[in-house]
Amino acid sequence: MNKPVIPNSFRTGPDEQGMFGIFGGRFVAETLMPLILDLERHWNEVKDDPEFKAELQNLSTHYAGRPSKLYFAEGLTKHLGGAKVYFKREDLNHTGSHKINNCLGQILLAKRMGKKRIIAETGAGQHGVASATVAARFGYPCVVYMGATDVARQSPNVFRMKLLGAEVRPVTAGHGTLKDAMNEALRDWVTNVEDTYYLIGTAAGPHPYPELVRDFQSVIGSEARAQVLEQEGRLPDTIIAAVGGGSNAIGLFHPFLDDKDVRIIGVEAGGRGLDGVEHCASMNAGAPGVLHGNRTYLLQNADGQILDGHSISAGLDYPGVGPEHSWLRDSGRVEYVPILDDEALEAFQLTTRVEGIIPALESAHAIAHAMKIVPSMDKDQIVIVNLSGRGDKDVHTVASMLGMEI
Amino acid sequence: MTTRIDRRMAKLKSEGRPALVTYFMGGDPDYDTSLSIMKALPGAGADVIELGMPFSDPMADGPAIQAAGLRALKGGQTLVKTLKMAAEFRAGDQDTPIVLMGYYNPIYIYGVERFLTDAKASGIDGLIVVDLPPEMDEELCIPALKAGINFIRLATPTTDDRRLPKVLQNTSGFVYYVSMTGITGSALADTAKVAAAVKRIKGHTALPVCVGFGVKTAEQARTIGASADGVVVGTAIVNAVANVLGPKGEKTADPAEAVATLVSGLAQGVRSARLAAAE
Repeated sequence: MNKPVIPNSFRTGPDEQGMFGIFGGRFVAETLMPLILDLERHWNEVKDDPEFKAELQNLSTHYAGRPSKLYFAEGLTKHLGGAKVYFKREDLNHTGSHKINNCLGQILLAKRMGKKRIIAETGAGQHGVASATVAARFGYPCVVYMGATDVARQSPNVFRMKLLGAEVRPVTAGHGTLKDAMNEALRDWVTNVEDTYYLIGTAAGPHPYPELVRDFQSVIGSEARAQVLEQEGRLPDTIIAAVGGGSNAIGLFHPFLDDKDVRIIGVEAGGRGLDGVEHCASMNAGAPGVLHGNRTYLLQNADGQILDGHSISAGLDYPGVGPEHSWLRDSGRVEYVPILDDEALEAFQLTTRVEGIIPALESAHAIAHAMKIVPSMDKDQIVIVNLSGRGDKDVHTVASMLGMEI
Repeated sequence: MTTRIDRRMAKLKSEGRPALVTYFMGGDPDYDTSLSIMKALPGAGADVIELGMPFSDPMADGPAIQAAGLRALKGGQTLVKTLKMAAEFRAGDQDTPIVLMGYYNPIYIYGVERFLTDAKASGIDGLIVVDLPPEMDEELCIPALKAGINFIRLATPTTDDRRLPKVLQNTSGFVYYVSMTGITGSALADTAKVAAAVKRIKGHTALPVCVGFGVKTAEQARTIGASADGVVVGTAIVNAVANVLGPKGEKTADPAEAVATLVSGLAQGVRSARLAAAE
């Protein structure tokens, strides 16, 4: 009776107002509104421009190293004894994660718009590094806002950003994590409206960011879809990615959304468990609300105050999620499940031992869920896990979790 | 339908002076102290009161108002209590307009219809919601206007002549001109530029134009008041509260008195504004 209407396609959003159903939108201060409209105008100009596409394609190939491989994880497959597990190797990209895909696209957009200065927010530092990298490559000054807590737990990435010539500004407000860094980046943007391009790192924020970040990241899913068809002759049964803000996940998922037989699973940070407040599972334990320019699922209290959340992984430590994920959740197309800190830590170690690949703690959440479902699947079934980044940056965190000193 | 804001602005216009619009943070540092600050404002010379609704993530605010919001939240302030504070104030003052100012999420979570009913019943006259631009008017602006509550829009230096009509379309009460691009509490912009901007906006609307962001002293209030219909002071008032709080949040003097002293000085500045302009 009240069965939701299944749309003909899950790939047509957002609408002209930047909405995915009730999610998304443009909830920003008036000062920023003309800038966002200007960005949208430029984005609409370039997104189907062959010259822009060619320039991005060239950089993706020769600078970032695309296409990334679709790798059959034989060691993990044997260990789990079920479906075949493939890794989409975004960890092999230049700068070590999927973040470079979005940064290359946006820096070209900034160049077209004639901007003179780049700002970015970062959690784990992967987006900060990718932003600092493209800023260095294209000769822009770059300021990266990073929560003070994250500065401490991701020190290798902080140093990389500095080497690349970026200024890292630690943010002490709140818990000193990604949410606070994003507030501070928005404050910078609202102040420096004339010359500054805000290079948002995830598929969230005001329209058109969720759309343009998704489109720049969709190269992940487009490649994976073509690669699995070539390597296996058919589509996968299940695809899995970790979801913080959700850019690597939407990038993998989007090209598969209308493949009705492909099960799609997003993995949220379950932290220390969903019964307390020490997690970042906004879609499993939050409610729709408005933050950082969009309506989406948020961790919040009964008064609408945003909670800080917790995750072992700085990249998932965000109390919200991109609006398209919220819509995909409510429409039932994508399942979102939590993975605990401990489970991610176990997946991190297992992948390192049986595959010789050190995954980022973010990606380890996706692997951890694969470890749960793969053993009970048939041996001829196929699972693709997005290995969104490499884990070198996390070795300090993991060592301290395991009680070791390095 | 005229509101308290319309009546107050018309009265000041007939008196030939600009309005002093005072912002303070509801619940900072605690409910009772904050209510005493609110009650002290009209006597000190405030013509319109902006009652700040604390939010955990105030993206357009500088460090002073961020800190005030966190003090209020730590002190247990909620939107329910902010509305209660307005109602308690209103019981003793039928004339001073109250404008609620803050961010959308607490209102959205409270429920828009329920919020408007309760706000009206609490004597609220207007709303300023920072993260609801005209593109999002269906969310709260249109329902508020239907409920008889003014929706006061911010216009900024980035709002050009092409966009201004859209911003002004559903605005009522007054227009709040943000004097510079940036967060609250920054340095005051060039006053000549501000005067030109006020003139530009007045070319598009008959509504009063009040100017805020960066006004801290009586002298600045006087200068801005020479061209604007009102002067908004926020960060300076919030700082007056912070200055009488010790390292553990304990009061070292009466915050209401500290605010009243500051506001009296600002009121003198505002009241002499047109004299200054006539000189």
